[in-house]
Amino acid sequence: MRAKGHRPGTPKAAPRDDVALYVSQLPSYVFGPRATMWWGTFGVIAIEGMVFALAAASYFYLRSHAREWPLGVPPPELSWGMVNMAILAVSTLPNHWTKRAAEQHDLRKVRIGLTVCVAFALAFLVVRIFEFRSLNVGWDTNAYGSIVWLLLALHTAHLLTDFVDTAVLTVLMYTGPIEGRRYADVADNAVYWDFVVLAWIPLYFIVYWAPRL
Amino acid sequence: MSLPAQAAATLHRTWSDPPGVRGWFSALDHKTIGRRFVIAAFGFFVAGGLLAATMRLQLAFPEMKLVGPDLYNQVFTLHGTTMMFLFAVPVMLAMAIYLVPLMIGARATAFPRMTAFAFWVYVFGGLSVYIAFFLGSGPDAGWFAYVPLSGPEYSPGKRSDFWAQLITFTEVSGLLVSIDLITTILKHRAPGMTLARMPLFVWAILVTCLMILFAMPAVMMASTMLILDRLVGTHFFNPADGGSALLWQHLFWFFGHPEVYFIFIPGLGFLSMIIATFARRPIFGYPAMVLALIATGFLSFGLWVHHMFAASIPELAKAFFTAASMMIAIPSGVQIFCWIATLWKGRLNFATPLLFVLAFFFILVLGGLTGVILASTALDLQVHDTYFVVAHLHYVLIGGAVFPLFGAFYYWYPKMTGRMMDERMGRWNFWLFFVGFNVAFYPMHHLGLAGMPRRIYTYAAESGWGPLNLLSTVGAVMVATSVLLFIVNAVKSYRHGAPAADNPWGASSLEWATSSPPPPYNFALPPVVSSREPLWVPHHPSRPPHVTGLALDTRESLVTTAIDAVPDSRDTSPDPSHWPFTAAVALSIMFIATIFTPWGLVWGSIPVTIALIGWFWPRREETERHLALEKRP
Amino acid sequence: MNGLFHALDPAGPQAALIAQLWWLTVAVCALVLVAVLLAFFIALRRAPRADAATPADVKPLQQAEPRTRLVVTAATIASAVLLVGLVAASAATDRALMQLPLQNALNVQVTANQWWWDVRYDDPDPSRIFATANEIYVPVGRPVIVRLRANDVIHSFWVPNLHGKKDLIPGTEGTIHFRADRAGTYHGQCAEYCGLQHAFMAFVVHAVPQEEFDRWAESQRKPAAAPSTAPQKRGHDLFMSGTCMMCHAIQGTPAQARKGPDLTHVASRERIAAGRLANTPENLASWIRDPHRHKPGVNMPAHVLAQGDLEALVAYLGALR
Ligand code: HEA
Ligand code: HEA
Ligand code: HEC
Ligand code: CUA
Ligand SMILES: [Cu+2]
Repeated sequence: MRAKGHRPGTPKAAPRDDVALYVSQLPSYVFGPRATMWWGTFGVIAIEGMVFALAAASYFYLRSHAREWPLGVPPPELSWGMVNMAILAVSTLPNHWTKRAAEQHDLRKVRIGLTVCVAFALAFLVVRIFEFRSLNVGWDTNAYGSIVWLLLALHTAHLLTDFVDTAVLTVLMYTGPIEGRRYADVADNAVYWDFVVLAWIPLYFIVYWAPRL
Repeated sequence: MSLPAQAAATLHRTWSDPPGVRGWFSALDHKTIGRRFVIAAFGFFVAGGLLAATMRLQLAFPEMKLVGPDLYNQVFTLHGTTMMFLFAVPVMLAMAIYLVPLMIGARATAFPRMTAFAFWVYVFGGLSVYIAFFLGSGPDAGWFAYVPLSGPEYSPGKRSDFWAQLITFTEVSGLLVSIDLITTILKHRAPGMTLARMPLFVWAILVTCLMILFAMPAVMMASTMLILDRLVGTHFFNPADGGSALLWQHLFWFFGHPEVYFIFIPGLGFLSMIIATFARRPIFGYPAMVLALIATGFLSFGLWVHHMFAASIPELAKAFFTAASMMIAIPSGVQIFCWIATLWKGRLNFATPLLFVLAFFFILVLGGLTGVILASTALDLQVHDTYFVVAHLHYVLIGGAVFPLFGAFYYWYPKMTGRMMDERMGRWNFWLFFVGFNVAFYPMHHLGLAGMPRRIYTYAAESGWGPLNLLSTVGAVMVATSVLLFIVNAVKSYRHGAPAADNPWGASSLEWATSSPPPPYNFALPPVVSSREPLWVPHHPSRPPHVTGLALDTRESLVTTAIDAVPDSRDTSPDPSHWPFTAAVALSIMFIATIFTPWGLVWGSIPVTIALIGWFWPRREETERHLALEKRP
Repeated sequence: MNGLFHALDPAGPQAALIAQLWWLTVAVCALVLVAVLLAFFIALRRAPRADAATPADVKPLQQAEPRTRLVVTAATIASAVLLVGLVAASAATDRALMQLPLQNALNVQVTANQWWWDVRYDDPDPSRIFATANEIYVPVGRPVIVRLRANDVIHSFWVPNLHGKKDLIPGTEGTIHFRADRAGTYHGQCAEYCGLQHAFMAFVVHAVPQEEFDRWAESQRKPAAAPSTAPQKRGHDLFMSGTCMMCHAIQGTPAQARKGPDLTHVASRERIAAGRLANTPENLASWIRDPHRHKPGVNMPAHVLAQGDLEALVAYLGALR
């Protein structure tokens, strides 16, 4: 009785719509904007997008009041930033592949896809360490140093959370317990990764190229 | 039609919070959390009010020595901070957590664990700043903590850090509640409750939460920069190393101005609900009301510089912000005109909730008009940072939010407790509040024009400000008495009040369709809606009156489409769990540790991560229940 | 209209422009308030009474209410028109404020410190620059350009009878222009919260005829009077050998520090400690012994001095006219 999911007023014959709106035929999970979780994720993305936008605005505000920019230090070296840009760009492929696999409920592909995504996130995090080193300025050197460190650190924080998130999801998809909804979670996770990638593009230009303009 | 008793019992068991102490910390029912949230926020209101009383006593006479400058500065800072961050914004969200699911015919909010987590984070944040205050480390740089005064050089010690971290706590809480409420409103409305049939309070909350999403990040950014400047030596606000003191002001007010409207807009929502019920007719001009709410939300992001007219800002920008600030009076005006039209054409039931709401028409309008005065750059240069601004802000905050809130307390108290509040005490409460309020705050306009700056701990007798300050203190005592009366009324009525019927005021929105207080599952048979005033307009005979087919033994709920509220899928609400509480404890430890060392963030994040994994890791038994109900899209 | 000073009692063109705009805006607002309250009270009076059992009137859901809509629309349009008018009036005032003629202006530099004002009178000839504190003399009828800076935190310069306020922000320099057309003493006050003694960070502006101003400036340019009596001499020596000279300057002596107010002509001021105390020998003595009694938290330490030493210091400072 319990596990069967008892429903009240379940009529034996076909339900009549003017007596009650019968809803148990509806799917118990859905993908994309139809799902509540997607809206939750979207809310988080809106907040964090705003955070990035404000950090970028602060960068340009400080810049507009500075006598020179960057303040007395050379601009960041480009190489590691390029590497990471490339990693991120490529990572969208397994990410979307995984998302599609999730939508098709293909557990095997989802497992492979997630594992690859975790590897990408990890690679990105490692390169990030070198990126911090190539900034040519400390966070406590001056306001320029503070704001570029902040931009990079904010993005890293998102990477880190998404990395942990994806890793946990990967383990879960291997060990279970699994239900259909988990595929929707995988798809939402992919949306979030897209956001992390998209957010990086403007930040990359601000951190690496704005000081050269 | 009603549910068979046995089915109702199952439903009751499924949706109840678990018993016992552990259960208390695991509660997820939005009504439980909402009630706790409201009570906590009201507690902070009393605390903030006692601080205000301290200030009023200190200022009653010139050269008073009740508190010295150091304590006074902490007191006014904590008063402003408490009222804005720990009372006014949270109490509105708390009311929404309680009311919104009921008003839209849902069984729960979209993310109940997030709601519970947000509540605990808020409580811990609020307590931490009060503990700091009692340990002599209360923040003292004002509620907007301008740098460099709040920076490392001029605020040594940990006072400003506690302030900045309090901001982080309340922002985390506010943002999570907003995501939760937005999703609830867009995805859990009763079938048939299209956006165009949504109660105006729900509209107000939707607009408020969207604003929170886009405004709060600014203050989080600012407070993070402040902490970094103080803790690890960054230079965001240090002009000597390329930083800027004005950057703080821009970031703070980019949030701060919308913030005052997060307080005001839910107040407008209360007004619309209460006026409709007590004028016995729908609000005149529903589309205009909705558009006005949205317009207010949008415009409020374009006004922030009006708090900075005295700083060095380009003249053209000032002119723009003057114009924008004045234009926001139009949507406020539209709503006021529509309400007056509603009253004009209605039949009036003068119960206490209506009285509190009617005070708005004098107090808020007067406060709004002084706002229009402040919006003019030239005039603001004279009255900025004087008691004129203190008068303005209390007129709009108390007239626009606190009076409607008290009205809302009287109005929804029967729903929340199953008992009516005492009407006679209600009237005393109201008149004492109304008269006391004006006696306390009206004189401040004159004090401001007579040159009394705000945030002064005392003043010389020759200033001539003594008599009006004394009058103001007398008014504050009246307000305090009236608040005390309210507390007595609420406590007494809880035990001895007349039992409340399901719909004691003859209102039209869905929360009145269920019992008072509502059962844990809100509606035995979730309603279907076919008009904007569901309890006033008889249900359309060809439409089904309610939903059926949701599980009884699992917390299953219906998800509808965002605009038309067509049934679209089923969702399951999580079971009660201690993880939200545990995670909130872990997060609080991390935040507090970070005040003392940057390593707090590093080590503190480990327990937080563990708690979050524990929170989200599905339990086998739960998964099995879900699998039994599963239907692929 | 009580109080020492009043934003609506202008003594110069800037404050007068603002006061005019003030009365216009207040008149419009009063009109709106009266109109709204009138409509409100009429609505309350004419609407029939009801109770919770009164059946609700749901006709408005189906039927438009064209007359009401017309009235609400008209009120909205009227509000918009009034507001546009107020915006225009405000913009016009802003323009007028910027157009104060500045020929032959007096240049003063004011630097705010936690909790006092350093005032310097600029001059193309550096030897003619002089400093005072918490007190600004300006000639009647002559425009004044005040350059504003802050040494520590944000402060705000405000003389309500003359003009609105202007913040002094560390790291940036602001200016404010005004003119006093009426002779008199105008109270000024720091208007931005700046810490413990924000309450007592006042100053005065003395608007005096040009000749009197010139006389005053000339006397201020002179170095400090040499001590003439024995107690004054003793005070001088104490000042120069004690802590005082580490913070204060007295021109013509070795004391040249600028952490506290310039004391070269301290005896010529009406009040000391940024308006906190009248400049009397008793107050001076009490201030030097324990400034924290008068301004708790102030950036001047208490001094434990023998009575004779204290009297000597007061005698010395009291002679610095
Ligand atoms: C609930 C909160 C709330 C609300 C609703 C408002 C509403 C408004 N406020 Fe206020 N404000 C605060 C809370 C609020 N404010 C706080 C807390 C501060 C101080 C912060 C601090 O420094 O500590 C502040 C400070 C503040 C300042 C800065 C003052 C200074 O520091 O120098 C300004 C300046 O422009 C301003 C303007 C306005 C305006 C134009 C409105 C408008 O929205 C008002 C619109 C409403 C009406 C005008 C009335 C109804 C309209 C009609 C009847 C239509 C017809 C009207 C006309 C034709 C005029 N406010
Ligand atoms: C919603 C917001 C809100 C509310 C409700 C209030 C309420 C009050 N405020 Fe507040 N106020 C602010 C927001 C608010 N304030 C802000 C933002 C500032 C600016 C701060 C800054 O400059 O940084 C400010 C500043 C401010 C000042 C200026 C301080 C200064 O610049 O030096 C003053 C001075 O009088 C004041 C007074 C009061 C008074 C008398 C009340 C009264 O209405 C309070 C009434 C309530 C009580 C008195 C509680 C009574 C309760 C009991 C008696 C119950 C006791 C019972 C038990 C213990 C069981 N406020
Ligand atoms: C550590 C620095 C410091 C030392 C030492 C110090 N002062 Fe001061 N003094 C100040 C500051 C700062 C002020 C301004 C205080 C205020 O009004 O906020 C001041 C104000 C004064 C004033 C009032 C000036 C005015 O015009 O308002 C007098 C007089 C004065 N000091 C005398 C003395 C004497 C005499 C001594 C030595 C016995 C002394 N000070 C030592 C810092 C110092
Ligand atoms: Cu200086 Cu306030
Ligand atoms: Cu504002």
